[in-house]
Formats: sequence, structure tokens, C-alpha cells
Amino acid sequence: MRRLCAVLGLLAVAASAVAAEIAPSERRSGYELMGRELRAMQDDDAANPAMLWVLEGATLWKRATGAAGRACADCHGEATASMKGVAAHYPAFDAATKRPVSLEQRINICRVDRQEAPALAYDSRELLALGAYVARQSRGLPIAVTIDDRMQPFLEAGRAIYERRQGQLNLACSQCHDANWGRQLAGNVIPQAHPTGYPLYRLEWQSLGSLQRRLRGCLVGIRAEPYDYGAPELVDLELYLMWRARGMTMDAPAVRP
Amino acid sequence: MASALINVPPRAKRGEIIEIKTLISHVMETGFRHTQLGAVIPRNIIRRFVCTYNGTEVFRADLYPAISANPFIVFSTVATESGTLSFQWTGDNGFAVTESAKITVE
Amino acid sequence: MERAASRREFLKIASGVAAGLGLGAVVTVKPASATPAEMQEAIRSVVGSARITPGKVTIELPPLIENGNAVPLTISVDSSMTEAEHVRAVHVFTEKNPQPYVVSFHLGPRAGRARVSTRMRLADSQNVVAICELSDGSLWSDSAAVVVTLAACLEDGI
Repeated sequence: MRRLCAVLGLLAVAASAVAAEIAPSERRSGYELMGRELRAMQDDDAANPAMLWVLEGATLWKRATGAAGRACADCHGEATASMKGVAAHYPAFDAATKRPVSLEQRINICRVDRQEAPALAYDSRELLALGAYVARQSRGLPIAVTIDDRMQPFLEAGRAIYERRQGQLNLACSQCHDANWGRQLAGNVIPQAHPTGYPLYRLEWQSLGSLQRRLRGCLVGIRAEPYDYGAPELVDLELYLMWRARGMTMDAPAVRP
Repeated sequence: MASALINVPPRAKRGEIIEIKTLISHVMETGFRHTQLGAVIPRNIIRRFVCTYNGTEVFRADLYPAISANPFIVFSTVATESGTLSFQWTGDNGFAVTESAKITVE
Repeated sequence: MERAASRREFLKIASGVAAGLGLGAVVTVKPASATPAEMQEAIRSVVGSARITPGKVTIELPPLIENGNAVPLTISVDSSMTEAEHVRAVHVFTEKNPQPYVVSFHLGPRAGRARVSTRMRLADSQNVVAICELSDGSLWSDSAAVVVTLAACLEDGI
């Protein structure tokens, strides 16, 4: 308890919440912080619990649904080909709403507009399964979100959230994940917080979960009001985190403690 | 939910020891967790896993709440003859899942 | 021990906030834990009163695990696994989980090899014990200590 208070006290009195960005060559995925056994769990598709959702996603991909009676496969064909690299480019700009949308939101846009089916709830079994199946097709590929003039303001909004002190603990994401990564916080090592593996199987959740679930968990952890699932703030933050992790290799669906 | 992921080599030599990996989706609720209001969340686990090889039991596991969610079990068996490996999970609340895999033994 | 306690405190506060925010949270209100004596009782109720000798069976557990919800466990027994001499069963127990039983594996000569893996929950840093029954009725044991930095059974409700 004393150690925790000391760390938090140090962070609280730190003059500026804006820490220097991690140099590209120094960026490390959370995978590298895990012990040998957890890395083995992630690497073996026969052992990785996330693969249960990927398998479910493969089934849903081919299932006709909604008033339009269409399956994802009817428009997109084989996901192994058509979805290759897609998750690595999300969040991406949506022309209709004129703002970036997350992969989960894109899946729901397709469901509502093309399949004429109701949108799937966040972190519902089906949405996670489809997200995991699509993200799986980007495994091994570099993260490459597109930032053009349209996306720039949203990237800046995401960066502002990342650097702003929030919550009763008055902490900014950057204070832990840019300034103190690699150090211990209550028995666990602070990761750099790169979303290379989402959606991922988190041992703490004993389930697969989305990046937004993790972000909301962090916000509750610093005793801030978490944004609702699908809130623009969370998507902007996702965009910033993916941009911050540009070039890093996707390892979705990952396993993390 | 895709119930189970089974990993069995599709072919093997007679007498070869083969490794089988099984993963099934199940919350394995321990019965020790409480809601915010203090109510116990009732136990809901898989209690037994059985593997039969052409009808003969070759492996069995009795599971307790200490087994993690989405139970993962790896075991081995001798490839004796071609046929069907059948896997059955049973547990609380009438949970019962059966999967099978064919194996060709030369 | 101090680390585990401070993490629990932190999460209790966090889940208190979650409750205040009206989010459905799941917390464990001080789980009861077994004691080494209860584990011994459990062992005896499964294998009877015959003598247990350390040896032949080996527990493989990571010495330090980041999260107690899914700890990879491998049990292996030094046995030729023939009709004449084989492992009948291996039973695994813990000292400090809410209840001492973990799993019982039933093998036999058709296993070919006495090596089984699974993933288990650990509520605290503690000892894990495996008792192996051979076909001649003899009992063998092994014990392993694990340090758990984040205990199982805790979850913030989001």
C-alpha cells in the first residue's frame, strides 16, 4: 500500500502531465512483458481461448441474417482474403458520419445498413466473435491507420484525452504509459499500452473483450467517469492509440493478464 | 458460442502416442463470487470430461471450480486403430456437449 | 503479501466507484480459504489412508504468474504406462483456494504417456500438491509453490 501511494504521490505532484512520446524504436508490445507460459498460451491456436470466439466469428460470417437475409460472406467473400489488413487500418473514416469509426462500429454499420439487422451490443458475444474473426486476419501485419486532413482533428482530440489528467486520482494516461512504462504498479509491470492485440482474452476478465472495455476499465481505475461504449471520445482515443502504435505488428487476438 | 476446439492429428502410425488438445467455452463460475448486493453467484461448472476411442474410455477428468474458465485439457492416447475419438463434457445445469474427430491409423 | 493486499485495496476502491456509477459489478467479499489441514483431509478422502511417498510425479507450474485466473499446469509421471505398470489417476489439490480440490485425471495403459496439462485458478500465492495412484496401488506425491501477483476471484465490474 505504501509503495502504491508513493508512486501515485509522485505522479500527482509531477509538474506536467505531458510526457515525452516513446521513441519508435523503444516501443514494446504487452506481449513482451508476459512470462513464457502466457506467451505460449497466445502463440498456440489450440490453446488460445480467444480462438473460441474466432471460430464463432467464422460461423457468423457465413450466416444470413436481418431483413435483407444477407451474410457477411455474400458481400465480402472469404474473410481470409477480403479482411486481410482491415483491422490494422481501424479506426477509419466513415463518410456518412464524417468521423472515424471503430471496427466494432463498422461491423454494426454493415449490419444495420446492409443486412437490415439490429446493431449488436458492445462486447456481446456476437460482436466480439465477428471482431475477433476480422482482427485475426490482420495478425502479423503492421498497424497502419490513415491520418489525412479529415482525420487530423480527431487524432488531436484523442491525443488531448490521452494527455489530460482525469478522475479522482488526477492521472493522465501518458503519466503511466509514456513516463512510467516498465515500472511496477502494485505487483504488475506497467505496459506501454499499445493496442496490438485487440480484441483480446484478458485473464482478469476470464473472457474476450474489446479495447473500449479495457479503456473503460482504466478510467474506472483512475476513478474517472468512463465514457459510454461507442462514445466519440473512446473512438478518438482508440485512433490516437493505434496511431501511436503505427508500424507495430498486430498480434490479435491476444492473451493478456 | 462455438462450443469446442479440438486438436487431434488426422492420421497416425499404429502404436504412436498422439497428443490431443481440447478447449471448450464455459464460464466455470466458482460459486464463491458475490454480486455487489452480496448475493452469491451460484456455482456453474463443467464437472466431467471423458474421451472415448471407438467407444472405449481412454481418458477422464473430474473438474472442480479451481479449473479456469474455458477449460483447456491436453492429454495423450495411443493410436491403436482407425476410427472415432469422441469427447464429452458434462456439468451443472444439465450442461452436455459432445464433439468427435476421426483418426486414420496406418 | 503487501503487494497482493494493496492490489486488492485498489480494486475494492475501483469497484466501489463502479457501484456508485450504477455499473453492475461483481466482487468477492473476502472469500473463505481452505487451510493446509483441510487440504490434507481432502487428500485422504480421495486416496484413503495408505502411505504417500514423495516422488515419481512432477508438477510443472510457472514460479510466478501475472494473473491467478488461468495458471498453466502440467502433471507428468515417470511411468512406462504398460498394462503391468501404469498410472491409474492423478489428483491435484491446493492449500489456500476456497476449496482444496482442483482436478482428478484418470489415465490407464491406453494413455501411452502420463502427461496432462490444463489451466487452473489460484486465489493466492500457495502450494499446489499432486497425488498419483499407480496400478500397484502405491501413492506418490509432489508439491510446488507458486507466487501469484494478481489473485483470481477479483474483478472490477465494467
